[in-house]
Formats: sequence, C-alpha cells, structure tokens
Amino acid sequence: MQEVTYIDAIREAQHDLLASDDRVFIYGQDVGDFGGAFKATQGLKTLFPDRVIDSPISEDAMIGLAVGASIEGMRPIVEMQFADFSSVGFNQIVNQAGTQFYRTGVPAPVTVRLPSGGTPGSGPFHSQMMESVYAYYPGLVIVTPATVADAYSMLIDAVALDDPVLYCEHKFLYRWLKSDRLNDDQEKLPIGRARIVRAGKHATVVAYSAMVHEALRAADLLAEEGWEIEVVDLRSVKPLDTDTVVASVARTGRLLPVGEAFPWGGVTSEIVSRVTNDGFHLLDAPPQRLNSRDTPVPYHPNLWEAHRPTLESISAAIRNLLRL
Amino acid sequence: MPETWEDHLRRTFRAMITARTLESKLASLYKAGKIVGGVYIGPGQEAVSASIGSCLTWNRDIFGALIRDQGGRTAFGEPILDATRSYLGSVNGPSKGRDGNIHRGHPAQGLPAMISHLGAMVSVVAGMLLARRLQGRLDGIVGAVSVGDGASSTGSFHEGVNLAAVEKLPLVVVLTDNQFAYSTPTDRQFRCRSLVDRAIGYGIPGYEVDGTDLLASLEVISKAVNEARQGGGPQLVVANLLRLSGHGEHDDASYVPDEMRNSALGRDCMEVAEHQLLQAGFLTEAELKSWKTEAAEEVQGAVALSQQEPAPDPYADDWAVYASPELAGDS
Repeated sequence: MQEVTYIDAIREAQHDLLASDDRVFIYGQDVGDFGGAFKATQGLKTLFPDRVIDSPISEDAMIGLAVGASIEGMRPIVEMQFADFSSVGFNQIVNQAGTQFYRTGVPAPVTVRLPSGGTPGSGPFHSQMMESVYAYYPGLVIVTPATVADAYSMLIDAVALDDPVLYCEHKFLYRWLKSDRLNDDQEKLPIGRARIVRAGKHATVVAYSAMVHEALRAADLLAEEGWEIEVVDLRSVKPLDTDTVVASVARTGRLLPVGEAFPWGGVTSEIVSRVTNDGFHLLDAPPQRLNSRDTPVPYHPNLWEAHRPTLESISAAIRNLLRL
Repeated sequence: MPETWEDHLRRTFRAMITARTLESKLASLYKAGKIVGGVYIGPGQEAVSASIGSCLTWNRDIFGALIRDQGGRTAFGEPILDATRSYLGSVNGPSKGRDGNIHRGHPAQGLPAMISHLGAMVSVVAGMLLARRLQGRLDGIVGAVSVGDGASSTGSFHEGVNLAAVEKLPLVVVLTDNQFAYSTPTDRQFRCRSLVDRAIGYGIPGYEVDGTDLLASLEVISKAVNEARQGGGPQLVVANLLRLSGHGEHDDASYVPDEMRNSALGRDCMEVAEHQLLQAGFLTEAELKSWKTEAAEEVQGAVALSQQEPAPDPYADDWAVYASPELAGDS
C-alpha cells in the first residue's frame, strides 16, 4: 500500500485545486521548477506552467499581489517559505486582506500557506508559530491541520472560502506523519469545527497542529496510570469551536489547552477565557495552559526539546491538573 | 474616432475644476465642524492627478488612487457623491461608514480602496494586472498607482515596483514629489538627485515632469500610459510640485518656507492650466465661467444630498466581518 505523508497531502490538494479551478494559482519563492523549499509544489509548474509562479523575495508585495488578484476573481495560494517570514508581509495580511471585505464589500479570498513550527536545529527564525498573532485580527481565518486527511481537505476548503485564510502547516509533520490514503474514515468536518480525537472523562486536553500528536501520546501514557484523557483537535483556531470545547469540559470538568506558540496570550489563553466565561460551573479545577517557553525558539535540539511542549511536559501538566 | 489632444486636455481640466471646487467645499465644511474625522485634500496636485485619471477608462483600466487624488478619481469616473458621502458620514457611502475620507473605492470597477500604509497599493494594482493576464484579458489594459515622496521610502513601494518590473506588468507608477511627507522635507526622505533615478535601479523607463504644468503632465503621463498599454512594462513618472495645503486640514503647514511657496514649484496648477488652455484657444472665458458654475452646482447638490442621508446605525449594521456565509457570526 502506498503511503501518503502530510506534505504529499498538501501537494495533492494544490494539484487538485489547480486542475479543477482555473481561478487558482500558486505564488511564492522557489515554487516553480524547483518545487518549493519543502517540495510542496513539486512538478506542479510542469503541469500548470502559467499558474505556478516564482516570486521575488518580497513577502509584502506577494500578499499585496494576491489581494489584487483576488479582487479580479482569482483564488491565489501564496506559499511563505517559512511562517516566520510572513512578518514581512504582516501589514498586507492584517490591514489589506483582513479589512477589505469589511471596508468595501468585495471579498479577498487569498490563502497563505505558512510552514510553521519547530524542527530540531531550525532556530529562532525558521520555527515560529504565527497562528495566535493572526487570530488577533478581524477578518482572517486561521486553520491548523494535524492529520493527513485534514491537511488535504482543509486546504481545499480554505481556497473555497471567500475570506483570507492563513493555512498553518506544521513542518515537523511533513514527512513524519503518514497515512494510507488522503481521506480517513472520520466524518469530514468544515473549517471552524473541532474534532474529538480521543474520548475520555477525567480531563480535556485541547490541542492543534503538531501538539495533537504529543497530546495523544500523553493520553496513552496517562491511560497506563488509569486516567481517561479526552483530546480535542481544534483544527481551526479561528473561528474557534467553543461549543465542542465546552461540551468536552462538561464531560471531564478539567481543561488543559496546549499550544506550541509563545505563552503570552494567544490561542490557549482564548480557550481558557471562553471556557471560564461560558462554562465556569462545569469546571472542577482551575484551567491550566501549556505553551512554549517565553524565549525565541532555540537552535540546539537539546534546548529546542525543552522549549516546546512535549510528551513529558504535557503528561506532567495533566497529572498536575488531575491533582488540583 | 479617437479623442483629440484638445478634447483630452479639456476633459482633464474639467475634472480638475470639480476636484478643486469639491475640496475647497470639504475644507470649509471641516472648519465648520461638519465633517466626520479629518479632511485630506490635494490642491496643487490636480493637474498630475487628473492626468492619470483621464488616461484611464472606468471599469476597464485600474487606478490605485492615494490621498491627494480627487482630481484623478473624478477624471477616472468616481462619482463625487462617494467623496461627500464618505466625508459627511452617510450610510449610503461606498463603505457605509465603515471607513472614511480617502479610503474609499470600487475595487470591482478598477478602483481599489487604499489603506493608510504607504506603498501598499503598488503590489495590489500589480496583482490586479497579473490576474487579468492569467485570465487572458490584459490586452490593452493599464493600471496606474499614485504614490508620493514619502511612500518612495517604504519597503512596500520597492517590493511592489520591483515585482511589477519582474513580471513586466503594464503598471504606471506616478510618484508626486510634493516636497513634504506630512512635515518631513525631502532632504530627510532621500538622498538621490531625483526620485526618477530610482527607475534605473528597477530597469524601467523613468520620466520627470513639472507637476504644476498641465500640458506637460498630461503629455508625459499619456506617453507613459501608452507605453505600458503597448507592452512596454512598468513606467515611473516623477512629478515635481508643492503641496498647497497642510497634510490634512488640521495642519497649517507653517513648516513650508516662504521661498518655496514663491518659487516655480509653488505655482498653482489650476491657474497655470487655465492660462494654458485659454492661450491655446482650447477654452473660452465663457466656457470657463460656465464650467466653474456647473462644478459649484454639482458639489452643492452632492453635499446637500449627503447631509440629508442617514448616518450608519450601529444597531442596524450586521457587523459581519467574513464574506463566507458559512462563517457568519463565528470567530
């Protein structure tokens, strides 16, 4: 049986989008004949020579160009070589793409792919998680697929939406995460809906992107100690599926959101805030949060392992939560 | 039959008259406390701006207008009601009160709505042109984008112009050097002899023109637009003039030295144009008088209508931020 990796799913989704919709084009650095820094566009330039376009190293203008093209009815997919570099295009993302529909009534259906998160030895500027930064701004949709099937279907859905979407793909999952096919047996969910990936009754861990897999491993470990941990895969961080999270906390009474982003504010804080507002009476213990450390992402693998949440730190945080 | 040079000039000047009349009225309304927010006008820049707009066709070409482009907006075809409704806070304005003053447009008709961040519209117009190319409808189309000396210092401007050059897009960048970015003079903005020298760096043709001179401005901008239309790629036009107002109506521009006001740069392009057209026999005194009367009536009518219209109602606004119906109400 042929294996499909997470990066294969991203490439296949882009292939299928280009093949089925003339409005779709891909714009980014090295995406053409070279096939992209991570090979997410491998071979696509040969098949669609006019619609896979190499850009100069100009993240601001790349997003501006995509917004302009979307005004004219196109559906651009911009590949940021690394999510970290989208900071150079920040203004165009939040002020141009994010405000256009509200200000003019004309949608800006731009999809920006952000190769996100850490891998050993990548360091401060090739490891960042940007989802919390963009989620702060109105008008943007932020998706964080954690599975091969979601990597495929959420990219298809992102391009179909009439709104600007930041598609945060985790680099650690690119080749590590494999499946036997693009579609799994799970019910297909739209953007904005979370999925309960493991049922439990003692505590709820809410995770997204690569942290879903760390959380599942932690839940396995805790199961050996007799604890049943429920794991929610957010899938989208904006819109955020508050109902599914609150319903899970109603079953478990305990909440631990886990994110790989920096700890100040952000997605995990938002979850704690929403659950305490909407479901304070459901909580049997104060909600806890787990994020990376509040330093730049370190270079050396030893430091990097200790910077982000891992099986060990998530397990410890769950044990602590269960004692509260 | 193609329009004659004389008619093109007359049409451009007619738009300048409307723009100056409208903006003078807006400035008075601001002083009378009738405006929602600030007022940003472009006296002294009408010749350059209207020349851009009059070289473009509404709903066919693209115009990335900036802060001092009432002349160009009017010449391109934006209804003056868009301006009066935006400034007077009518819910019937192009952004229904969600944005104001010069941040207005009709993106689907080729007039994207500027954001405040300078240089940011260069790549947007480039993207609109690239889309037309991919759709096979770029032939004979041109996009123009208006920037100032301040915008020329931004990374966004550089990235946008460079990208347009790489893609060889039919983009005309009109850079109006009006000597001040808010209060910052050009010697604190750049070090090159003239901003037109930047064209060499981008590998595109550059032109420099006296922006107080309508005949010269229209001639140069027409040439640049025609070159772009015919496949010549991006063009840079640098127009030199003096901003004859403050940055906004709240600013008395006391930092502008008198010697500069009294120099050739400080000429009022309206007076120069009037003289040029009368002198050339392209316009009679009687026509000029009737154009000014017409413009005053148009402006008065637009102001009166906009003032009668309701303001946005926060309880009636749907506050929708997503265009996708399936995301309505979520965040």
